[in-house]
Amino acid sequence: MNLSDFHVTRTSPAARIAALLGALILIVLIAAPWWAGRADMRLMGELFLYLALASLWNLMAGYAGLVSVGQQAYVGFGGYMLFALTIFGGLHPLGAIALAGALGALIAVPVALLIFRLRGAYFAIGTWVIAEVFRLSFAQVSALGGGSGSSLPVGIVKSLAASRSGREHLSYWLALGSAVLVIAAVYLFLRSRNGLALTAIRDNELAAGSLGIDIWRTKFIVYVVTAALTAMIGALIFLQKLRISPDAAFSVNDWTAFVIFIVVIGGIGTIEGPIIGTLIFFLLRETLADLGTIYLIVLGTVAIVIMLKAPTGLWGLIRSRFDIELFPLRFRVKPSPQSTKG
Amino acid sequence: MAAFLQLDQVSKAFGAVTVADALSFDVPSGEALGVIGPNGAGKTSMFNLITGTLSPTSGRILFDGQDVTRSSAAKRCRAGMARSFQVPQPFSGMTVFENAMIAATQAGGMHGRTAEQFCLEVLDQTELLDRANTLAGGLTLLGRKRLELTRALCARPKLLMLDEIAGGLTDAECGALIQTIRDIHARGVTIIWIEHVVHALLAVVDRLIVIDFGRKIAEGAPRAIMESPEVQEIYLGIEADA
Repeated sequence: MNLSDFHVTRTSPAARIAALLGALILIVLIAAPWWAGRADMRLMGELFLYLALASLWNLMAGYAGLVSVGQQAYVGFGGYMLFALTIFGGLHPLGAIALAGALGALIAVPVALLIFRLRGAYFAIGTWVIAEVFRLSFAQVSALGGGSGSSLPVGIVKSLAASRSGREHLSYWLALGSAVLVIAAVYLFLRSRNGLALTAIRDNELAAGSLGIDIWRTKFIVYVVTAALTAMIGALIFLQKLRISPDAAFSVNDWTAFVIFIVVIGGIGTIEGPIIGTLIFFLLRETLADLGTIYLIVLGTVAIVIMLKAPTGLWGLIRSRFDIELFPLRFRVKPSPQSTKG
Repeated sequence: MAAFLQLDQVSKAFGAVTVADALSFDVPSGEALGVIGPNGAGKTSMFNLITGTLSPTSGRILFDGQDVTRSSAAKRCRAGMARSFQVPQPFSGMTVFENAMIAATQAGGMHGRTAEQFCLEVLDQTELLDRANTLAGGLTLLGRKRLELTRALCARPKLLMLDEIAGGLTDAECGALIQTIRDIHARGVTIIWIEHVVHALLAVVDRLIVIDFGRKIAEGAPRAIMESPEVQEIYLGIEADA
């Protein structure tokens, strides 16, 4: 066998078509202020923020094996930092969002040192406890409204853009931009040498350690980066809501349970999974939300059925049937063109 | 010359069960050392102690002039150790080629095309090239054992540790495996090989040690060791006076 007959590639025709379609969809979405109504744009903005949160949780839980049920700690932290930095620090909201990310990373370091001592279910419970500590701590800060929360002053809101439609367009683009940024960052990271190491950890920690991969350090970096980006998304979420309170900011239902639902039904441990999951979640929510409690029962039933019938999620089902990936991470060994002729 | 790998009174006990009992031996650089002993004698535990998967209760392990007794498995790997696991530990959700790439890039320090080309060469050598795009979780047991060898080779170690890789091979495959390991040995790589397929082991190794109940019970030239009465009795279960 001659080795020059083989070459290694990371793209596929399906991925090239997906990239082209993705670019077209992105252009249409960027142009939404010119074709979509006010309510639709608000809904899409929320969808993009959930997509970003889900992609981040997926990186952490699906790849690094860090099943956190306490990411609301960073969503709420980011939201509160936006309020504190703009009201007391006098920062422009966009500057405050960036700084909220940096502060999120900073606070994640001691948190990680603490909870990384816990494994599996204990880790999950530990993250939840930490999030509750965050919630109770922010409820003590009377300058930020204590337990009842506070609103973003009109002056700060107007500093974003003078007109109402200008603000709505800007916050839509910020939400879209953050989802694109997060997915692109996750994709590029997973394609890198460190991403390969992280994928190895996902599959087998014993073998990964024996092949020179520093498991603790890799997980630590993923946790801290995820915390920073989650805090930035949190700041964006509360820039749209204009009002913050401890219960809304640190809601385990809104910022973690729904996110886990999205990732699990879409397909954990894949980039495509959170995208499909987010679309399905919003589809269910928009069609069933009027039913009240029944809506939550339906969500739970959908989650249980998918976990039983398709443990790898909907994307896992599609991928195993058609052997495609929209975000090409795989290495494929192919016969070289000249050798197939001869 | 100082030993490349040195075990100095290494012991490990899990409660009342002792898996390593004051193990001491040296492996000079470039040597191929064979390890034999009955099932449950502590051979794989010894590998776990050397590679850092287990940490010893007492004793010291020196590798390439450094005391690595307290180093993590990852650190020891980056210092130049690579092993195969007796019970295969594939990255199941990744392809055979990707498994090789992880070893080449993380442990072997290679990048890009160089790493890819090197992996293709090793996969060719270990006869897994036609399965390169198969998910490792979908391989047969034999395929997984080959993948263990592949990954260890892709790591380009200074010390290669092989744990029962010849079992289940046909004669032709076993011959090819012997040739592969001889080639690696000829390049100056130090090898420690645990194997029950004694003829394969004897075709490669310079020296043998025998382990039983976590203790080293014999050490020396392969033929002499295999013919010694104590090995015949303990390892092969033949009466000493027969």
